[in-house]
Amino acid sequence: MMSADLTIVLPEILLALYAMLALLGAVYTGKDDTASLLTWLTGGVFVLLAIWIGTTGGDRVTAFDGMFIADGFARFAKVTILLSAAAVLVMSQGYMERRGLLRFEYPILVALAVVGMMVMVSAGDLMALYMGLELQSLALYVVASLRRDSVKSTEAGLKYFILGALSSGLLLYGASLTYGFAGTTLFSGIIAATQGGVSLGLLFGLVFLISGFAFKVSAAPFHMWTPDVYEGSPTPVTAFFATAPKVAAMGLFARVVFDAFGGVVGEWQQIVAFLSVVSMFLGAIAAIGQTNIKRLMAYSSIAHMGFALMGLAAGSAFGVQAMLIYLAIYVTMNIGTFAFIMAMEKDGRPVVEIKALSLYSKREPLRALAMLVLLFSLAGVPPMVGFFGKFYVLRAAYDANLGWLAVAGVIASVIGAFYYLRIVYYMYFGAETEALDGRMSPVLWTALMGSAAIMVFGVVNLFGIEPLAAAAAATLVH
Amino acid sequence: MVHFFTQTNLGIVLMILGECLLVLVPLLVALAFLMYADRKIWAAVQMRRGPNVVGVFGLLQSFADFLKYIVKEIVVPAGADKAVFFLAPMISFVLAVIAWAVIPFSAGWQVANINVAILYIFAVSSLEVYGVIMGGWASNSKYPFLGSLRSAAQMISYEVSLGLIIIGVIISTGSMNFGDIVAAQKGNWGLFNWYWLPHFPMVFLFFISALAETNRPPFDLPEAESELVAGYQVEYSSTPFLLFMIGELMAVVLMCALVSLLFLGGWLSPIPGLPDGVLWMVLKMAFAFFIFSMVKAITPRYRYDQLMRLGWKVFLPMSLAWVVLVAFLAKFEVLGGFWARWAMGG
Amino acid sequence: MTVVLFTFYAFAVSTLLGGLMTVISRNPVHSVLWLILSFLSAAGLFVLLGAEFVAMLLMIVYVGAVAVLFLFVVMMLDVDFAELKAEMSKYMPLALLIGVIILMQLALALGVWGFSDGYQGRILAPVGTATNTAALGMLIYDKYLILFQLAGLILLVAMIGAIVLTLRHRVDIKRQSPVAQMMRDPALAMELKDVKPGQGL
Repeated sequence: MMSADLTIVLPEILLALYAMLALLGAVYTGKDDTASLLTWLTGGVFVLLAIWIGTTGGDRVTAFDGMFIADGFARFAKVTILLSAAAVLVMSQGYMERRGLLRFEYPILVALAVVGMMVMVSAGDLMALYMGLELQSLALYVVASLRRDSVKSTEAGLKYFILGALSSGLLLYGASLTYGFAGTTLFSGIIAATQGGVSLGLLFGLVFLISGFAFKVSAAPFHMWTPDVYEGSPTPVTAFFATAPKVAAMGLFARVVFDAFGGVVGEWQQIVAFLSVVSMFLGAIAAIGQTNIKRLMAYSSIAHMGFALMGLAAGSAFGVQAMLIYLAIYVTMNIGTFAFIMAMEKDGRPVVEIKALSLYSKREPLRALAMLVLLFSLAGVPPMVGFFGKFYVLRAAYDANLGWLAVAGVIASVIGAFYYLRIVYYMYFGAETEALDGRMSPVLWTALMGSAAIMVFGVVNLFGIEPLAAAAAATLVH
Repeated sequence: MVHFFTQTNLGIVLMILGECLLVLVPLLVALAFLMYADRKIWAAVQMRRGPNVVGVFGLLQSFADFLKYIVKEIVVPAGADKAVFFLAPMISFVLAVIAWAVIPFSAGWQVANINVAILYIFAVSSLEVYGVIMGGWASNSKYPFLGSLRSAAQMISYEVSLGLIIIGVIISTGSMNFGDIVAAQKGNWGLFNWYWLPHFPMVFLFFISALAETNRPPFDLPEAESELVAGYQVEYSSTPFLLFMIGELMAVVLMCALVSLLFLGGWLSPIPGLPDGVLWMVLKMAFAFFIFSMVKAITPRYRYDQLMRLGWKVFLPMSLAWVVLVAFLAKFEVLGGFWARWAMGG
Repeated sequence: MTVVLFTFYAFAVSTLLGGLMTVISRNPVHSVLWLILSFLSAAGLFVLLGAEFVAMLLMIVYVGAVAVLFLFVVMMLDVDFAELKAEMSKYMPLALLIGVIILMQLALALGVWGFSDGYQGRILAPVGTATNTAALGMLIYDKYLILFQLAGLILLVAMIGAIVLTLRHRVDIKRQSPVAQMMRDPALAMELKDVKPGQGL
């Protein structure tokens, strides 16, 4: 019994063991000298695990009395998380090293955060959910303030920590109300308990749970930490925040609302739709005034989360499929965009002002072109892949009789296009300023070009992600 | 009569009070003589005569000291936080006393026979740090404050390894009840059945940690006379000081009792065939106390950083490793279950 | 009034009193001491419930370790609590609002709380007749193993985090090397010279 359970959680166990061994090894040998090696090694481990998880596993299995679920949905989310974390980790090595931020704890903390994320998307119990969430969050709080001599970075970490603790509190309160109603923390038990309808108390619990998740996915109106944390953290850490944790949090969100509250879709659909609309509009409108590209990306991620939530709000298997596709595309775009941002520097110092990009196309036409593609894709301009992501969620919302939500999404996306295009405008038609002189490491170049290429060539069949996402969604919604 | 003491509320309360007194009074009297013994041993090692004026061989010295303490004037420093200042010695004393509630002197001879006796002792001894911190802080003076900070850090550090060592014994017994722990050490070979043998290196670690935990030399840094005058007790005089002193000494005796119960077989007879009984327990405690005194007499004081290093970098890893090792040895019944003598189901 | 009932009320009153005084004490050190009283009384309540293991853990972990750290911090930090409290009064309306909401929810929970159908079946059955320490062990190391281990990982992350963010290796100070100190012997440490009278070295 126990060994069967352990086999199911083997990837998580292996990753945790790897992190502990790496920690021991680094502490007893070269300490920070091993950091570069460790970063690449961790990235490699992520990729290997992603391949392993992606190619094995069949039907839905549960471990520890249903506390841990391994199904197609979890697999899809885990592969996305692992690959994006590996990409960001490898990208960050050069940047962090040049600024003396590459401590050996960084890859280890990222690895432990990824363990937390994997548990999150596989959680089958409110307690397991909370443990995974806290493991992830705690590691993220630390990496946010990794540049500990900078006021902004420590402020980012502290803000993230305090607001994160608050959101955990909301989540726990919701979880305890749910437990009080259902008499169990197992999702399978909760779904059985809601067969006969929900009581007012459970509704409170559900609202608090969703508020907690909204915090973690940075959906408005629980987004306030996002811009400051994105701005203050070292850029590679920001890139990490914008990718893997978002997938994990959305995966967790979907897991809870379908696995535990799948019987009462009507109760949460309105809340999620509301979060979605507010996030899309807030992300689109607030980003317009930003001059700092990291803050802009923060608002951009808020808006994108709004779109992903639209898929969830549909409450159907197709909606979940749309959400997964959207997330995968979003993560790919962000990796490319952040590769570009990481290379923005002048005299060895990072530059984050959007204006500094003026006439960038004159000096670096290829990079500017790649960025143009990515920005168009982020804005959802056809025929880039980003457009298809939006198209999927809009269709899911429309199919689920949420026509108003789809219309709102289209409007928000048009507003949002403005600020992406503004960057393009600066790059191609801006006024002459002091030039950026950052050279791009091969890794960053590959990430930027690869991601841009995917945005263009993915148009053909989205690299076959649709059936995978559909299969994953089918295991969650039944 | 029996009905009154076991059934009615008043009777039960009286009964418990009586049991408490039965433990407390002999204990306090014994403390007086242990204090005397401590000084005599110390003196003997240094080739002095020690207390020898009051009573025959100075035997009544402690009682004379006691009288002197309680008739002296209580001095409260200006700016002291009065409530906390007086609370601190009381806490110190009360905590030292209440720990004895679960200590058995012979089979069944204890005030409260609870399942988590060891945890209770551990909890109470982890509270003892409050007397020290509060006393140091409330004195509104820097030497006491420094002393109390040192003491608190020291007690917390050594509590960790103390706890881990005890876990080894708990694993071997499968119970946290003192009766069960002593019963598990009973066997045909007398003193070779006791836990000092299977848990051999840990006896020393436990003893040394106990020295640190009770602020005894060579770890008496909280009161290091040469640096801090007398640490957290500087501003105390008269009865409050007496309470601190009794509390400290009682904690030492408690540690002696723990060493006897956990590693030296409690009230079991060391020689097969002789009857078990309270006498053995008392003898073992006296033996442990003798060692405490000898250590005080013959060792120089540690430096503070050495103390911390010893606690965290030597004792903690060793005791942790021992717990893991014992868990394996017990689980796989190495040496015919030498480490696992419990009778727990599963 | 039975002894148990009397004990319960004594502990309950002192828990509440401790909590109240924690909040309204002027001196932060007193606040922590009241908090400790509150913890201890709560431990007493646990004993009355028959959860002696939890009670002892509460004492060892919260009172013996966490509260000591609180006390350290409060004693060492030079924080002007009067100023903080003045600041606090600005947010009083919000705090009151939150308080009222939570009170309403408590009323909801105690008043018209609706349990799901058949919730009794979903509540875990008690674990045999073992003492509650053994029962907890059986649950934590078997059924809830994964949660227990994850909690351990969380603590590991917290520890790594604290070290990463605060440890600074200062190069401008002398360090003790205990090994070198222990390895010193008189032959290495001193040199005996036979000094002739009136000559010096």
